[in-house]
Amino acid sequence: MSAIIIRGGRLIDPANKRDEIADLYIVDGKIVGSKSEIREEFTRRGGKSEIEEIDARGLIVAPGLIDIHVHLREPGFGHKETIESGGRAAAAGGFTTIVCMPNTSPTADNPSTIAWIKDRAVAIARVNVLPTGAISRNLAGEELAPIGSLAQAGVVAITDDGHCIQNHEVMRRAVEYARMVGVPVLDHCQDYNLVGNGVVHEGYWSTLLGLPGWPAAGEEAIVMRNILLAELCDHQIHCQHVSAAGSVRLIREARKRGIKISGEVCPHHIALTDEAIQNFDTNCKMNPPLRSQADVDALMEGISDGTLSILCSDHAPHANFEKEVEFDAAPFGIVGLETELGLFIDLLVHKHHQIDIARLIAMYTIAPARLLKIDAGTLSIGARGDVTLIDPELEWTVRIDQFESASRNSPFNGWKLKGRAVRTIAGGKTVWKL
Amino acid sequence: MTTRWTRKDLLGLRELSADELNFVLETADAFKEVGTREIKKVPALRGKTLVNFFVEPSTRTRTSFELAAFRLSADVINISATNSSLTKGETLKDTARNLEALHADILVLRHSSAGAPQFLASRLQASVINAGDGAHEHPTQALLDLYTMRERRRKIAGLHVAIIGDILFSRVARSNIFGLLKLGARVTLVGPSTLVPREFEKLGVEVSHEIEDVLPKADVVNLLRIQHERQRREYFPGLGEYIRLFGLTKERAKLLKPDCLIMHPGPINRGVEIDSDVADGLQSVILDQVTNGLAVRMAVLYLCGGIST
Repeated sequence: MSAIIIRGGRLIDPANKRDEIADLYIVDGKIVGSKSEIREEFTRRGGKSEIEEIDARGLIVAPGLIDIHVHLREPGFGHKETIESGGRAAAAGGFTTIVCMPNTSPTADNPSTIAWIKDRAVAIARVNVLPTGAISRNLAGEELAPIGSLAQAGVVAITDDGHCIQNHEVMRRAVEYARMVGVPVLDHCQDYNLVGNGVVHEGYWSTLLGLPGWPAAGEEAIVMRNILLAELCDHQIHCQHVSAAGSVRLIREARKRGIKISGEVCPHHIALTDEAIQNFDTNCKMNPPLRSQADVDALMEGISDGTLSILCSDHAPHANFEKEVEFDAAPFGIVGLETELGLFIDLLVHKHHQIDIARLIAMYTIAPARLLKIDAGTLSIGARGDVTLIDPELEWTVRIDQFESASRNSPFNGWKLKGRAVRTIAGGKTVWKL
Repeated sequence: MTTRWTRKDLLGLRELSADELNFVLETADAFKEVGTREIKKVPALRGKTLVNFFVEPSTRTRTSFELAAFRLSADVINISATNSSLTKGETLKDTARNLEALHADILVLRHSSAGAPQFLASRLQASVINAGDGAHEHPTQALLDLYTMRERRRKIAGLHVAIIGDILFSRVARSNIFGLLKLGARVTLVGPSTLVPREFEKLGVEVSHEIEDVLPKADVVNLLRIQHERQRREYFPGLGEYIRLFGLTKERAKLLKPDCLIMHPGPINRGVEIDSDVADGLQSVILDQVTNGLAVRMAVLYLCGGIST
């Protein structure tokens, strides 16, 4: 038997509406209600064990955080990241559950690839890895993937992330079918005709630098489509990495009417604007692109008023040699697992006062758990012993050379941030500690 | 070497000060004279190696750089995308570092991606001269345009320059805008709304879609080639309509002030953006631009090549 007592921290558990100074007890990987239960267990088992005591005074004791948008790159692209290295990066960022995207090789559009990912994760990942499956075969947007078989294989959602189904009829049938088998649909919102070969936000900087522009309308058009289909099919569509002011407005209006539409935000879309591309730094190239200050302001407002309910990273590792090329030729995306919590606490809680730390924790725990209907994100008695200890006041500096991730493609190297995870406990075991 | 020039690279005109722009133009004055000598050669870059590295096709600009380098006594090699390792999958960075390992001193780069010269300049000891990157900048073209305007009209401050045509995809337009505004000119961009979006106004220029309003007020009209070969169809309905709305026809040329200069970076599409007779007319300085290009490129190679030592 193993037991942990986490003493004296500020326990924030949004699922149970708790926010108080309290001790937390974990026995054999599960959360238990009181110290007396630990004693009883001890007595029953003859007292043959140690109790680990963790002093959490001054720290926040939160349910293990969930990141619902991560690219683990395996199978197929182990030079960028592996399930093992991605799991270490997640633990170092304070995450005990991560949801991985299906754009692997082979594509996660079939039950055997899902089974491989799950087996691999159980064998070597430090944290819980929950796979998503593709919506369409080979992410081509034409024929439906075997969504029912994927659901039986244990996917928590379906998505063509990185791609977007352009044919509204195909998307409509996918959403209807997903409703039947009970998995939510996550969508990367990008109209291919409007976006064309765009690589950066269409606006002042694309005009100045002569880089092909990616207009905000290219995202908003698909967000609108998704709202119409969510209403038509009466099923959840979640818009991934929302970046544009118009998307926030559309989602806000639709949610007021009770439509099952939701949205997530990545830290880079509020930490940076398109101005960051002026030196052609490919670590500022992501999809959707960094947008204008007006878009950043709208995202902040959307977070503040609850329109955008989930925070995540879109962790997208790429090797240095892949990013060290001409701007047009570089792949989209940045790593995020090890910087996202710090960036969001620093920006949303400390600098811009958009939300308090309890709301932030809810957006990383109960909100994604409810969207995906997964058993995580709470400190309820009997729940798995997934806990993140956070020091919201700790000042630290991002150092890409200290990342656990196999990749280094981050624009935040050298940034000074306030707030971070200091210990990550998954299934009752400390998987990372500062 | 003077303290008026401290750059090893010429990447664009946006980063240059008015003083630096004027200094390049003054330096070009001295080199223009070399072209009129019987022996058109000076030893300024003797012993230096220049690589013309053209990852996108070009004849005019490459030839001009090559000749400029010869006149400065540099050794020159030409590499184009078709015979380089890039087609074998080598990255731009590796190809450039290999050239540097052969002690290339100056790399003249033409590339289809905006920012490619910045990318190499920050990773190489050698001088990098931008010979055109995507739709971003083409600094030596704009410098030769400025040189030609200054030669004909003495100074650039106060001139009203109309740039007409495909602005959105034009690196020549962007470099001209940056250079002209720094030297105090007034700039009006003219073309269809799809190729001259209003966003350009934020750069400090005026935008017009009525060529006949602009022509009578201009001191210089700089016509850009309509790059119909790389245009996606939906930008305008066709060449016929383009000529009807924006072509510098004979009739429209009559609206110009008598001393208005007609410029074009070439190659010309006769009968499209400019009427054939107008291109050859008295107001046209198109061939002067080509001659001046040589002097300007000699100045740029001399200044940057001197810094890289």
